[in-house]
Amino acid sequence: MNDLQNSGANGAAPNAIEIENFNAWYGSFHALKDINIGMAKQQVTSFIGPSGCGKSTLLRWINRINETVPTAKAEGTIQLNGSNILERSVDPVALRRRVGMVFQKPNPFPKSIYENVAFGVRLHMKVSRAEVDEIVEWSLRKASIWDEVKDRLKSSALSLSGGQQQRLCIARALALAPEVLLMDEPCSALDPIATTKIEDLIHTLRERYTVVIVTHNMQQATRVSDYTAYMYLGELIEFGATEQVFTAPQDQRTEDYITGKFG
Amino acid sequence: MSKKISDMPEILSDPQKHAAATRPEEKRNRSNRIFRGLCIGAAFSSVGILALLILTLLGLGVGDLSKTFLTNPPDPDPAVAGFFPAIMGSIWLLVLVPLLALPAGVATAIILEEFTPRKPVLKRIHSLLQLNITNLAGVPSVVYGIIGLTIFVSMFGFAGKHGQSLVEWGIRSFDQFYSEVDQVLLVPVAGPNAPEAVLTEGLEALTAQGQEVRIHVIGENAPWPEDRALSQRTLRDYDTPGRVHERSWYYFRIPFGRGVLTGALTLVLVILPVIIIATQEALRAVPYSLREAAWGLGLSRWQTVWRVVFPSALPTVMTGTILAISRAVGEAAPLLMIAGIVFITNPPGNIMDDFTAMPLQIYNWAQRPQKEFHDLAASGIVVLLTILLCFNAIAIIIRNRSNKALS
Amino acid sequence: MKNGIPSTSKKWFPVSVRLRSRLTQKVSEAGILSGMGLITTLSVLLTLIIIIVLGYEASLFFQQDGVSVRDFLTGFEWNPLLGSEKHFGIWPLVCGTLLVAVIALLIAVPAGLLTAVFLSEYANPRVRAIIKPALEVLAGIPTVVYGFLALTVFTPGFKLISENVGSYNALSAGVAVGILILPIITSLSEDALRAVPNNLREGALGLGATPAETSFRVILPAALSGIISSILLAAARAIGETMIVALAAGNTPKLTLNPGEEIQTMTGFMVQMALGDVSNYGVEYLSMYAVALTLFIITLGFTLMGAIIRRRYREEYQ
Repeated sequence: MNDLQNSGANGAAPNAIEIENFNAWYGSFHALKDINIGMAKQQVTSFIGPSGCGKSTLLRWINRINETVPTAKAEGTIQLNGSNILERSVDPVALRRRVGMVFQKPNPFPKSIYENVAFGVRLHMKVSRAEVDEIVEWSLRKASIWDEVKDRLKSSALSLSGGQQQRLCIARALALAPEVLLMDEPCSALDPIATTKIEDLIHTLRERYTVVIVTHNMQQATRVSDYTAYMYLGELIEFGATEQVFTAPQDQRTEDYITGKFG
Repeated sequence: MSKKISDMPEILSDPQKHAAATRPEEKRNRSNRIFRGLCIGAAFSSVGILALLILTLLGLGVGDLSKTFLTNPPDPDPAVAGFFPAIMGSIWLLVLVPLLALPAGVATAIILEEFTPRKPVLKRIHSLLQLNITNLAGVPSVVYGIIGLTIFVSMFGFAGKHGQSLVEWGIRSFDQFYSEVDQVLLVPVAGPNAPEAVLTEGLEALTAQGQEVRIHVIGENAPWPEDRALSQRTLRDYDTPGRVHERSWYYFRIPFGRGVLTGALTLVLVILPVIIIATQEALRAVPYSLREAAWGLGLSRWQTVWRVVFPSALPTVMTGTILAISRAVGEAAPLLMIAGIVFITNPPGNIMDDFTAMPLQIYNWAQRPQKEFHDLAASGIVVLLTILLCFNAIAIIIRNRSNKALS
Repeated sequence: MKNGIPSTSKKWFPVSVRLRSRLTQKVSEAGILSGMGLITTLSVLLTLIIIIVLGYEASLFFQQDGVSVRDFLTGFEWNPLLGSEKHFGIWPLVCGTLLVAVIALLIAVPAGLLTAVFLSEYANPRVRAIIKPALEVLAGIPTVVYGFLALTVFTPGFKLISENVGSYNALSAGVAVGILILPIITSLSEDALRAVPNNLREGALGLGATPAETSFRVILPAALSGIISSILLAAARAIGETMIVALAAGNTPKLTLNPGEEIQTMTGFMVQMALGDVSNYGVEYLSMYAVALTLFIITLGFTLMGAIIRRRYREEYQ
């Protein structure tokens, strides 16, 4: 499968994330089998596949949030801009600042809108009040939610609608100026209108960020991503430019899935 | 925040500024490790304290634990003093308390948890009932003791003065006479407060051995009969009796006095809210889908509760109940309020009998200044803790089993 | 058949069945339920009895010569048994009670919260399976046992450290009460911490917060109402605790903040009265009810506050 590895990069942009010989387990369950894949810088890469195929697990290892699951373990390398983040010496705290994450279900903290965005900033940096203000506004603008919340920054984040909450969570991640943004089925809990807004947002984010998105919605993958990977039963079946994967899949299993024969 | 910020703030975009503002991760990780260490330390030291406490008690108490300690009554001489009446008293409580508390507690819990009303007014009442239970659980046990003292022991003083009874069942009273040959003669009387028996020739009486005899009465100066059999049932006409009572095992009176029943009822008050809350939690843990399945089969609400929900909650209910009962067995304060420190050498013979219980006897010994009595208290504690630990173990086993069965 | 239920003929059902009468069932169920409803009112009755008994007997106390509600609530002297002139000012007993409770909380709150955080945030299932039952056992130890330990182990220990510790003192009693309420705080706080949805934890960790920062800035604030209610309930328990103070704290009502001194708590006084030789209807004996009423009101306040706060946080996540 090594031939798949660089196919996404086209040699033009270097890969931001390079995953090699990666295996992951939950207890004795072999969740990911020998994964090799590279994700291009400032491009959107999406992972599709039926539930339980391991796509979320893979995503959750890229910022090592999965190591908080008691039985989870992993082997292999995940290189972020050339250094292996699975090394014990790598501090997950520093790593997660560089690799932001947006979860399946919007999970704003039970604090004000402002505090939600300022939370990570204050954790990682010594900044003045004015600087925090600046970062908060910029992040909310970037997440295209500023106009909706600018007049009620002090009210509780829980008062927002689901779609607004998810954009707030994106703003919260952007406020740390990460290099990579991981999105784990970010629209699965949202209605179609909110989904459209998030998808538009993902489009604008690729100007600056490397985005990796897990989705079970194939239309969404075609709409938002430059590259698509299809996973099945813990294996990477096919990876390539989105258009190519969806129009001319090389593997029968991929074709079966995207044509709706199963999944 | 008036001017529009569309470009990335400098502090984020300028790598040097960004690096300068970043808090060093080593420092944050160090505080994280310290906090983690504190948490681990606190958790393990609380377990350590438990181990240390139990070891200390074993060290103090096991040495003096002997067979005589378990079978002797308490004694002013610590060398021969024992724990027997206290153990028996606790066993009486152990039988009576669940008998009284369990039906009431379970019924209340089922009503509160499974028959939640929908009407706003009733809903309000329901929520007040719930709050009331929570508050009852928070009332100090010593307050329940004082309530037991007032309503069970003397029934507010309305039901006769203290020590006297308004109503009694299962009691036989006698006037006890001593003949000159020291023969005890018991003349049955109508009731505990009946007038003194009038001595007449041929009055029926019982000897101490339970033999029925007829009394022979002689005057003040008459000579004592020579015949041995006759002299044993002879009394002089001025002899005065003392009133004695024979209480059967079902003896019952009102007011209850300071007996086992009062103790048990008072402890029921203490643990009733605990049982209610535990049962409610057990019922709440039964998946809603199970109820829907039962309704779907056409079971009525009551049938659903009694045949489906309650049986599946039963292991948890039992766990909660066992823990509540072990709390009752270890409770001393309410018993101290109603029974006080009394010198009891016999186990109770009926539910009205004066009694002592293990925690009460332990307190009795512990509050004395002499070290010998402290050692006795420690031995008593070892016995009490052994019993309670068995209860705990049973409760935990039941819970672990039912957890496995459900998952 | 009636109700439009088709008759149970062999045509559509393999065996012929006779349905049980709905009516008998309905009647017997109504009987059972009303009986149970009656039992439910027992709990209300119990509350009423507590209030009436304590209120009535306390009112008898306040009608006695030389006793007034005002002196009771504002007096700084409590000597019903000694001295030529008897004073019934509740404050020395309240002071003793609070001294013991504060010492207990100073021990139990930090230790209990840290243990709760450990159990909910750090412990793996195997360690939890050891510590949780151990704490339950700790919670199940009778208070008379803690009282004995306070008297015969803690007090001699403190005496070795400082000469200013008396044979009976608030410190030993407070420490023992602290150990007693630690499991309450731990288990209720842990419930509150575990009720915080896991996705908040992941959200904070995903932003690069350390586990400690996650606990302090996200989990603890989110569980705050549950934690406060656990502390209030534990405080109520500490205030109402009887056997420990009866054995270890002494019988001298005193206005003092010195933990080494002998004091008397409200509960300690009640035990002293119940055990003593005072007559059943004297002013001293009746004062016991006034003290019990005070104790009841104070603990009621704490549990009520705790219950209301707890209810609120339950609603937050459901």
